[in-house]
Amino acid sequence: MAAKTAPTAPGANSDVLVSVKDMKKHFPIMQGVFRRQVGAVKAVDGVSFDIHRGETLGLVGESGSGKSTTGRVILQLIKATEGSVTFEGNELTTIDPEKLRKLRPRMQMVFQDPHASLNPRMTVGSIISEPLREHNQAKGDDREQRVFELLSLVGLAPKHANRYPHEFSGGQRQRIGIARAIALNPDFIVCDEPIAALDVSIQAQVVNLLENLQGVLNLTYLFISHDLSMVRHIADRVAVMYLGRIMELTTVDRLYNHPQHPYTQALLSAVPVPDPQIEAVRKRVILEGDIPSPANPPPGCPFNTRCPMAQKRCVEEVPEWRQLRTGHWVACHFAEDTPDVAAVETVDGAEDPPSHLPSAP
Amino acid sequence: MTAQSPILEVKNLETQFHTQDGTVHAVNGVSFDLNSGEFLGVVGESGSGKSVTMMSLLRLIPMPPGKIVAGQAMFEGRDLLTLELEDLRTVRGGRIGFIFQDPLTSLNPVLTIGFQIMESLHIHTKLSEEKREARAIELLQLVGIPGAKKRLESYPHELSGGMRQRVMIAMSLACSPRVIIADEPTTALDVTIQAQIIEIIRDLREKLGTAVIWITHDLGVIAGLADRVLVMYGGLIVEEAPVGELYANPQHPYTEGLLGSIPRLDQKGMQLINIKGQPPSLYQKPDSCPFAPRCPYVFDRCREENPPLLEVKMGHSTACWWDMDNQRPRYGS
Repeated sequence: MAAKTAPTAPGANSDVLVSVKDMKKHFPIMQGVFRRQVGAVKAVDGVSFDIHRGETLGLVGESGSGKSTTGRVILQLIKATEGSVTFEGNELTTIDPEKLRKLRPRMQMVFQDPHASLNPRMTVGSIISEPLREHNQAKGDDREQRVFELLSLVGLAPKHANRYPHEFSGGQRQRIGIARAIALNPDFIVCDEPIAALDVSIQAQVVNLLENLQGVLNLTYLFISHDLSMVRHIADRVAVMYLGRIMELTTVDRLYNHPQHPYTQALLSAVPVPDPQIEAVRKRVILEGDIPSPANPPPGCPFNTRCPMAQKRCVEEVPEWRQLRTGHWVACHFAEDTPDVAAVETVDGAEDPPSHLPSAP
Repeated sequence: MTAQSPILEVKNLETQFHTQDGTVHAVNGVSFDLNSGEFLGVVGESGSGKSVTMMSLLRLIPMPPGKIVAGQAMFEGRDLLTLELEDLRTVRGGRIGFIFQDPLTSLNPVLTIGFQIMESLHIHTKLSEEKREARAIELLQLVGIPGAKKRLESYPHELSGGMRQRVMIAMSLACSPRVIIADEPTTALDVTIQAQIIEIIRDLREKLGTAVIWITHDLGVIAGLADRVLVMYGGLIVEEAPVGELYANPQHPYTEGLLGSIPRLDQKGMQLINIKGQPPSLYQKPDSCPFAPRCPYVFDRCREENPPLLEVKMGHSTACWWDMDNQRPRYGS
């Protein structure tokens, strides 16, 4: 965790690596014989945030909130409908394809499903060296050396280079996916639910690996996840998405201790804590109903259909994306009026595992 | 949790799957009791045998390739594992309800919700058609589905994931079972929807007093629900304790590792503890402790003998040769 920079406020004199402004991604809904557009799924409907060099920005939300689409649009895997995405000041949405290709090695992705994202017919060695081949980096023996080096960086052995993905477990496959992502020495990695498909005991291994690599390679992460406990563990700042918009964005400590948006408060209170004593006394905000369809979002604030404090204004007016205090952004008309309560009391965990535990080798 | 007589007693259950690659030893001698009205949590990772154990009780595993090799499951004076299929059918969905993980695949897409709920009433009760419909509406209201009467006409695809899971719960409750087995009922759902479902289950338990077996991989979910928890690993129960005791004072290195490897919403600055290595291969029946290759406390005896599940404190059992409290081998060796 040595790599973590102190969380900085956006707008302060910190180094912005990626900047997203009013970005929208609408997928058209086609119907009829002539495939006419009859509507649009507003997967991302206007989001703005910065990612600072060296930080981990957590992006959390429920399924259908648009968090994965946001990650993909940033990397230009799909084109934005509107808005801007800049990487070190380069505008990516309108960039010349040749120039984008030159930038590609610097921004990479780790995918959710390690079974689907590795080609079953390629050996692990060729999977990891594919980006090197594609971008003409390291040839011949150097390339092989680099593959071995990458394998050992992610905790695998050189002998694994000649094997096929099916010979590996889920956690090991995710390590292969991570090795491929770091092969070109990127600055920025979008981790799209990298641990969601893994067993609990394996999740910790992969997260610890991501944290170590961040320290060694000076990486910046966008960590997309629905697991709020894990995001609290790994992120410096957190953005909460709902129905294609960001509801709240601030530092980890502020978000978990002083959430101001009613959705963040409900979301945090819904996460179970593995401690029977806390669970027995916790107060819960149980939200009514389901997340609305992004093809037909409610007018005004997207959360107004489920919000316990919704008023007339929330249906009429889309809340402004505003800074409540330095570095604490929120999209809610009544953010000042929400009760200032943490979802659970925070206790400082031990710096180290309990002393009687032998340290992992 | 006063002294109650168990309504379900499982003894030494063993289930195997015979596949082309060899025999998979999925459940390797599992024994536990369920008391009337009790909420029993069953925790384990994929492949730990938690689902197969519960499916075996109702013989819901595909046979072949699956085979229940040994064991006994006494429920209301009868052994479920040797019961005639005809009689077992009165238990399935009647005396014991089942909630599956994925409501989309376990509901029939071409039949209405109402038909599917009333079907089990038709099979298990002598209610007239009007009474069945009234009961179905009552059940949907019980699980918090608005406009219950109209919803009877809906097909599964017209409902959201959370709604479908409510329908599953309503179906499992239809014949007022004594036991409900819920297999990861909230895993496919978002957290806010999961919170809704948990609230419903909590509520129903108070109202109906049904015993629940809740299978999960998420130690968080059952912390606030269960009375007692079984931890499974490699087809065996490795620890069994009342819920508070298990979280506060785990007596098996696997449980301890599991608790240490999950980050908590209410804690920061915790280093996550790696459980090194991979879950065990089940192609061999464990003749030593299945957790030994990953265990930080492993010593010679662990590799020679599989520890039995023995009570180490009041109501708290563990299958481990190492005494975690005193940091020395247990049972003198």
